[in-house]
Amino acid sequence: MTVVTNHRLGEDALKEKGWFGSHKWLILRRVSQIFFLSLFFVGPLTGFWLVKGNLAGSLTLDFLPLTDPLMLVQSFFAGHSIATDALIGAAIVIVAYALLGGRTYCSWVCPINVVTDASNWLRQRMGLKGGVQLSRKARYWVLAMCVVASAATGAIVWEMVNPITILQRGLIFGVGFAWAVVLAVFLFDLFVSRRGWCSHLCPVGAFYSLIGLLSLTRVSAVRRSACNNCMDCYAVCPEPQVISPALKGEEKEVGPIILSSDCTNCGRCIDVCAPDVFEFTNRFNGEVEPSAPALKEAA
Amino acid sequence: MSKSIPSRAQGSGSSRRQFLADSARTACGVGVFGLGLGLYANSAKSKPATALRPPGAGLEKDFLGSCIRCGLCVRDCPWGTLRLSELGDDVSVGTPYFVAREVPCEMCDDIPCVPACPTGALDQALTNIDDARMGLAVLIDQEACLNFLGLRCDVCYRVCPVIDKAITLERLHNFRTNKHTMFIPTVHSDHCTGCGKCERSCVLPTAAIRVLPHKLAKGKIGEHYRLGWKEKEKKGEALVKGIVDTPDRLPSTLPNGVGGGGQ
Amino acid sequence: MKLSRRDFIKANAATAAAAAAGIALPGVSSANAAEDGIRWDKGVCRFCGTGCGVLLGVKGGQMVATQGDPDAPVNKGLNCIKGYFLSKIMYGADRLTKPLLRGKGGKFDKASNEWSEISWDQAYDIMAEKWKAAIDPNDPKGATKVGMFGSGQWTIWEGYAASKFMKAGLRSNNIDPNARHCMASAVGAFMRAFGIDEPMGCYDDLEHADAFVLWGANMAEMHPILWSRLTDTRLTKKGCEVHVLSTFEHRSFELADNGMIFTPQTDLAIANYIANYILTNNAQSDDFLSKHVNLTKTVTDIGYGLRPEHPLEKAKTGKGGKLTKITMAEYKEAVSKYTLEYTTKLSGVPAAQLERLAKVYADPKKKVMSLWTMGMNQHTRGVWINGLVYNIHLMMGKISEPGNGPFSLTGQPSACGTAREVGTFAHRLPADLVVKNKAHRAAAEKIWKVPVGVIPPKPGYHAVLHHRMLKDGKLNAYWVMCTNNMQAAPNMNEEGLPGYRNPKNFIVVSDPYFTVTAQAADLVLPTAMWMEKEGAYGNAERRTQFWRQQVKPQGESKSDIMQLVEFSKRFKLSDVWSKENIAASGYPADKSLYEVLFANGQVDKFPKQDIVDGSGNKYDNEEMDKFGFYLQKGMYEEYRRFQFEGPKPGHEMADFDTYHKVRGQRWPVIDGKETLWRFREGYDPHVKKGEGVKFYGKPDGKANIIFAPYEPAAESPDKDFPYWLSTGRVLEHWHTGSMTNRVPELHRAYPNAKLYMHPDDAKAQGFKRGDAVKLSTRRGELETRVETRGRNKPPKGLVYIPFFDAGQLVNKLTLDATDPLSKETDYKKCACKVEKA
Repeated sequence: MTVVTNHRLGEDALKEKGWFGSHKWLILRRVSQIFFLSLFFVGPLTGFWLVKGNLAGSLTLDFLPLTDPLMLVQSFFAGHSIATDALIGAAIVIVAYALLGGRTYCSWVCPINVVTDASNWLRQRMGLKGGVQLSRKARYWVLAMCVVASAATGAIVWEMVNPITILQRGLIFGVGFAWAVVLAVFLFDLFVSRRGWCSHLCPVGAFYSLIGLLSLTRVSAVRRSACNNCMDCYAVCPEPQVISPALKGEEKEVGPIILSSDCTNCGRCIDVCAPDVFEFTNRFNGEVEPSAPALKEAA
Repeated sequence: MSKSIPSRAQGSGSSRRQFLADSARTACGVGVFGLGLGLYANSAKSKPATALRPPGAGLEKDFLGSCIRCGLCVRDCPWGTLRLSELGDDVSVGTPYFVAREVPCEMCDDIPCVPACPTGALDQALTNIDDARMGLAVLIDQEACLNFLGLRCDVCYRVCPVIDKAITLERLHNFRTNKHTMFIPTVHSDHCTGCGKCERSCVLPTAAIRVLPHKLAKGKIGEHYRLGWKEKEKKGEALVKGIVDTPDRLPSTLPNGVGGGGQ
Repeated sequence: MKLSRRDFIKANAATAAAAAAGIALPGVSSANAAEDGIRWDKGVCRFCGTGCGVLLGVKGGQMVATQGDPDAPVNKGLNCIKGYFLSKIMYGADRLTKPLLRGKGGKFDKASNEWSEISWDQAYDIMAEKWKAAIDPNDPKGATKVGMFGSGQWTIWEGYAASKFMKAGLRSNNIDPNARHCMASAVGAFMRAFGIDEPMGCYDDLEHADAFVLWGANMAEMHPILWSRLTDTRLTKKGCEVHVLSTFEHRSFELADNGMIFTPQTDLAIANYIANYILTNNAQSDDFLSKHVNLTKTVTDIGYGLRPEHPLEKAKTGKGGKLTKITMAEYKEAVSKYTLEYTTKLSGVPAAQLERLAKVYADPKKKVMSLWTMGMNQHTRGVWINGLVYNIHLMMGKISEPGNGPFSLTGQPSACGTAREVGTFAHRLPADLVVKNKAHRAAAEKIWKVPVGVIPPKPGYHAVLHHRMLKDGKLNAYWVMCTNNMQAAPNMNEEGLPGYRNPKNFIVVSDPYFTVTAQAADLVLPTAMWMEKEGAYGNAERRTQFWRQQVKPQGESKSDIMQLVEFSKRFKLSDVWSKENIAASGYPADKSLYEVLFANGQVDKFPKQDIVDGSGNKYDNEEMDKFGFYLQKGMYEEYRRFQFEGPKPGHEMADFDTYHKVRGQRWPVIDGKETLWRFREGYDPHVKKGEGVKFYGKPDGKANIIFAPYEPAAESPDKDFPYWLSTGRVLEHWHTGSMTNRVPELHRAYPNAKLYMHPDDAKAQGFKRGDAVKLSTRRGELETRVETRGRNKPPKGLVYIPFFDAGQLVNKLTLDATDPLSKETDYKKCACKVEKA
């Protein structure tokens, strides 16, 4: 889905809130992504092993195990009995993301997000349009395929191509040809399919969507009555289909919380919205601020 | 302000037919992709990895199903032996391995890489490094091996941490010089851990002894045949009882003990 | 002195690493491509005393290949792994090419950590200045403040030239070779028992013997090619047995039918037990004893060769090695203490094994070859234990015949040929003569064409005394050639390093590489090595082997002999001889030492010539080009006069030209024939018809059985230092590793020294295999890693570490306790402790 606005994306927000105000969540996200990556570098660079391992599995301060649950699911279907350490690690990850929002992983931790965001930014700057239309459901198919293929081959199939771990492991342990995979994803998103990877194909994202079905942390269009229909939030959102029900739900008496688990909690909608319609809240806080002066302009 | 949202975004606009076609297209696409991926995974698994796995790794196919490529074993290897394969290496991407010729396994008493493994891909029951079977040393080129030529190299033997069990020097008379012994390095699979010290230390420009995964290194004797002398040794007596050996007729001039009364 | 011990250690560790890092090997890759361009000539391996014959492949002025000489009787084309890499040893990336003087800008500064390149002229100038300052020509004791430390790796004529230069030129007996650390005990014992040095047998014994006894030798690693011969006999001869004695289990135990681990120092008791066994079973050869043997005993409680103020030296009651004749009854009485029970208890060797060993010697039908190297020689009772083993052979008459005999193996390529035969020891002159004997001195003075009285009568400082005297400031101008003694000599922290760095002293080191010794020196002279000069070595079986110069020296390096002869030009007679000496000589006082010692009408009598092999290939000879005459031939032929004109016959060798045509010959060489077994009629031309056996080194033709008791080691483990420390070698590296560690493949095969330890000892101390530990003695410490597996398996209470690694200077730890008779250090026994690093 391509949203085209006749002004520069985020122009109003920039005017209204200043540069920092209109990029706050983006900056925080980048800081977070760098932070999570750099945790893994403390050990190799300083000799103090804060976090060992990588996103597939790690050990923090020789105490806290974390394991990628999707990896374990595949391993389980591959016919391997799961060790306790790994189960504990995966359980911690699942609980954490169930609270934080499943796909928070995608936008706050995953290093590929930086790549695909960059690709999307360039795509917009270059004014590239069109390309292959993929189904947003495709990632669930891919996820199912991973499980089936793991069961069929006895190997953890997705790990053979997973650009996330290939990139992150490459950065930590040695790059090899990891750059080629990253480039492929970048070019795919740039020329083949807009937001093709993260929002359409990636089974890891799909898996975290499932974890986050009932997640606590959510974005709410709390001041949706103030929406001026500038469409910037649609344009900036990697999963714009999640916005409408909340933002435009007033008439259908749908609450302002973005409940779709596809939402990555990236917060870009909050950044680019000049009238500050959105904010982070929890899924049970269905309040709407009615008082905001509305400037309704129908499309 | 204007917007153009494609029809699919409005959901209700798409016909049922369109939806079915799209779904079928996606399913087929993913299916083809999945088939490719499965084949790739299968070939990676069945391809006898020339890389050596950490101690306790078990069979390659099980290992690929249990290793989550987290690199924790790599981090806990004190000698820098283990590394994670990079994309483009001839090893399933992200999995731990070592190259004996470069940095062999030092066979730590406490095997720190094994407890580091969160998934059990490295067998947690392995507590004695002598029980590890990372691979099997094979004297792959007898033509180049200096000891087979009668020289006294035997570096591979002396660097072996399980010396005299995993590698022995079998002694053969050197018929060319007629006064030297050739010391033939001989690997014994029941003791070789595959640590790779021998391959690392081989002084030749290309190692004549190499550590290979068991799958590549081992042959197997057919189950229909037993080694008579070993069976007898195992039992401590002849397998068939009541067989006698009769004396030979010999000229009486022969000194005592020559011929006759064979055992 | 600015160069602190710490800086020094750090610097040499870095050098060790740098040395290991690279090797420049021009031309080698092309060797495989076109074999035909290679010129092949015969030579001898640079490493141990085995003396393997090799062929040297030279192309484009570089040695590009080697091969074992397929027709060499010793090795028949085979090599050990060191020999396999011979072609690489001259091409370490860090070869020295110019003289280096400590100090900035070519100005000598003892305290400086910097080096400046200087010319050879400048180098000789400063050396001459320092040497002349240390020499008082009118001192009746000779020049006691100058010294030279030489080598069993010197070529024969280099050792000979050095000995002549020092003893007849500078009038100093302070010349000793590194063979003092290696073979001195064997020499002392041969002299005491037989009156003539070196084994009576030869390597052919390895094929003839029925049983082999290794008394402290790990032949499997240290003499790999001889071991393969011994093994072949064990393999092919029915009933052949191998007995191995050692203080720890090593590779030779793999072949052992009877492998015995004894408590250090108790070999003395074991040898006496065997004698006791033979006598109590009346198995001795009475006939041989009565005809060929004198029974004697030696003075006991003779101390440990430490500094006189050491408590152990103060406590001793005996001195020296005087022998007293004893009767058979007295001898029996003396050994009767060494019963099976007593010896088992003392040595820790099970009774059955000891008895099995004794039976082999006592069986008149079994031919026994006893072999040893450093286990018996590096021993505070080294001469004694050597003698105790001869006792056994003499008692049974199992000596001087094929397959029967005691055989001391040598660790250096020319420990025999250069150090022993040429007599580069502080007390020796060529061909078994000694400086103490007036007639011997006179013989040498006559051959050397110097007046009577030039050679000082008192033996000079031996190797261990060198370092003590340097430290005490009594030895001030010191030249080290062809050896890495800072790394190899004992007690580096307390003696060697303070000695070299004593501000009163000027230390010169000649070496191809910047060794640990070179790093501690004041002037380093780049030296041509091995095939960069014409040379000759004498191996352990008395085989003398020659080679032609194959390649040019690298950079400005010069051979040791060229350095010596050139340096002699810097001295006038008046600088070194007293007025009486000069007057007696009839030479003008301003005649140079060069003219007296070398260009003397005798050494220079062979003019410049083409050196050509059998195929017509021409060879360089730098020394001939430099001096205008055939220096090597002149030196050798003069040396040979000692063999024929000296008072001690039995060392005769063939003429110079013959050796360039043969694959070595075992002396005595008489009528063109070599001698395989000495002292026995039919084999040895010096034994006349009807004499049967004659030990002609002794005036009465009889050898000495010398009783000596068990006495404890100088330093034994105690509460503070609970382990025995034994040091030694590994097959992959040779001695201090200055050559082998520069071969990347050998470095890779055995990169760093490690401490072999019993697994239970390691466990008790909480060490895991590979843990970094601090190994220390009362004299120093070093950091190493624990090894509980692998080639060496020490018993509980003993640890073993090799000394090749310049990054782990093991001789910081060792005690400079020596055999008071041979002055050889005991590197195998001192007390140490091991702690977590």
